[in-house]
Amino acid sequence: MNNRVVITGLGIWSCLGNNLDEVKDSLYTGKSGIGMDMERKAWGYRSGLTGIVAKPELKGILDRRARIGLSEEAEYAYMATLEAMKNAKMDMSWVEKNEVGILYGNDSSAKAVSEAIDTIRLKKDTTLLGSGSIFQSMNCTVTMNLSTIFKLKGINFTISAACASGSHAIGLGYLMIKWGLQKHIICGGAQEVNPFAFGSFDGLSAFSIRENEPTKASRPFDKDRDGLIPSGGAATLILESYESAIERGAPILAEVVGYGFSSNGDHISNSNVDGQVRSLKMALNDAHLEPKDVDYINAHATSTPGGDLAEATAIDAVFSESKPLVSSTKSMTGHECWMAGASEIVYSIIMMQNNFVAPNINFENPDEASAKLNIARVTTEKNIDVFLSNSFGFGGTNSSLIIKKFKK
Amino acid sequence: MTQAEIIERINHFLVDEFEVDADKIKPDANLRETLGLDSLDYVDLVVIIESNFGFKVVAEDFINISTFQNFYDYVNRKVSEKATV
Repeated sequence: MNNRVVITGLGIWSCLGNNLDEVKDSLYTGKSGIGMDMERKAWGYRSGLTGIVAKPELKGILDRRARIGLSEEAEYAYMATLEAMKNAKMDMSWVEKNEVGILYGNDSSAKAVSEAIDTIRLKKDTTLLGSGSIFQSMNCTVTMNLSTIFKLKGINFTISAACASGSHAIGLGYLMIKWGLQKHIICGGAQEVNPFAFGSFDGLSAFSIRENEPTKASRPFDKDRDGLIPSGGAATLILESYESAIERGAPILAEVVGYGFSSNGDHISNSNVDGQVRSLKMALNDAHLEPKDVDYINAHATSTPGGDLAEATAIDAVFSESKPLVSSTKSMTGHECWMAGASEIVYSIIMMQNNFVAPNINFENPDEASAKLNIARVTTEKNIDVFLSNSFGFGGTNSSLIIKKFKK
Repeated sequence: MTQAEIIERINHFLVDEFEVDADKIKPDANLRETLGLDSLDYVDLVVIIESNFGFKVVAEDFINISTFQNFYDYVNRKVSEKATV
């Protein structure tokens, strides 16, 4: 079976805005969502830079039992999913009568775990953790909570693949629908944003320390980049078969046409050009497209010296002739980690719908590898028929997705 | 802490945390049915009692609590015992 897989709903909760309209404006104007968290400095962080993400107010929207199990990232995911289901025209009465699945990327719930352990150490009594702690603490906190809240009856699990988690979640959802195993799947990625979550990452000196200029600190591909900035939130996409979307009268926003993946089989944290090239080529083969067919690449580029160098080299190895426009929206968002692979599909579809490429802000001077790419320094008016989005994670997990403007 | 203060504090957290309508809280009303408590909610009741009154409820104690009045009396007794100690 080879079903067409379309996207009928989008939702976003990020440092660029709390809904699609706010995020569209931020992307178009090149607005940074980065700021300082002084609590991190008090905790001994090398860098206090972070994406500034609003906390959703759920009292009055969700009842106590539903709220109490939601971790921070699951709250973001709930808000993003609510928006996505609304614009996909999927109401609760329809969902309860149909087999809707959920595949979501998430790879930590450090705040919930840390606070629970602090309570146990202090109180010497596990009962005093309350009933919600376990549902907040497990890695599958997003899928276990949202499947309950939205009464989902299809596939239901979490994808943990470091900073490629959200991308692989969409890729797996695409394959399940393409192969006829499911008709409708809620896909996405979520990332907590708090001092518990990023201490060990900060300890690797991976973060930018350009603290005097927070909005200039994330500068993917720029030769003066000095590290990434952690960020987060959640992004949701509703994937479904073309037939299902037509049957429901749902708006078709775009089509997923290619998924490539690979593992580097190499170093645990260093990038690997060969692994990335294999992922890119596999996605193109799956989509039956040539490099010249790709109008825009949303790069993984996080603003680390080694990572950006490897990705620029990999992109150039595959796209050196056609040189499509490239930008890393992480220049505005920071690195949304487990969420990034999903949010960057949402950002790119917003660009596709509105005929522009968002700028790779702070790209002032290229290095030897990024000089070979066609990087959008400013917002560029552009008709996008096909885009590709890269996500790469620790352990050498690579994912590339290709999305096409929907045509009957 | 007087019994009236204890009742006021209990009613406050039941309305605030358990989101029950204040007018449904009556001394002779059934606690479990009025609050819609399931097994998980009892764990949260233990937490909230501990944080408000400083003592730990053991599960067996709930067996003899059916009405709000039973609940007030139970908490009052435990608070008094704690004060005596």
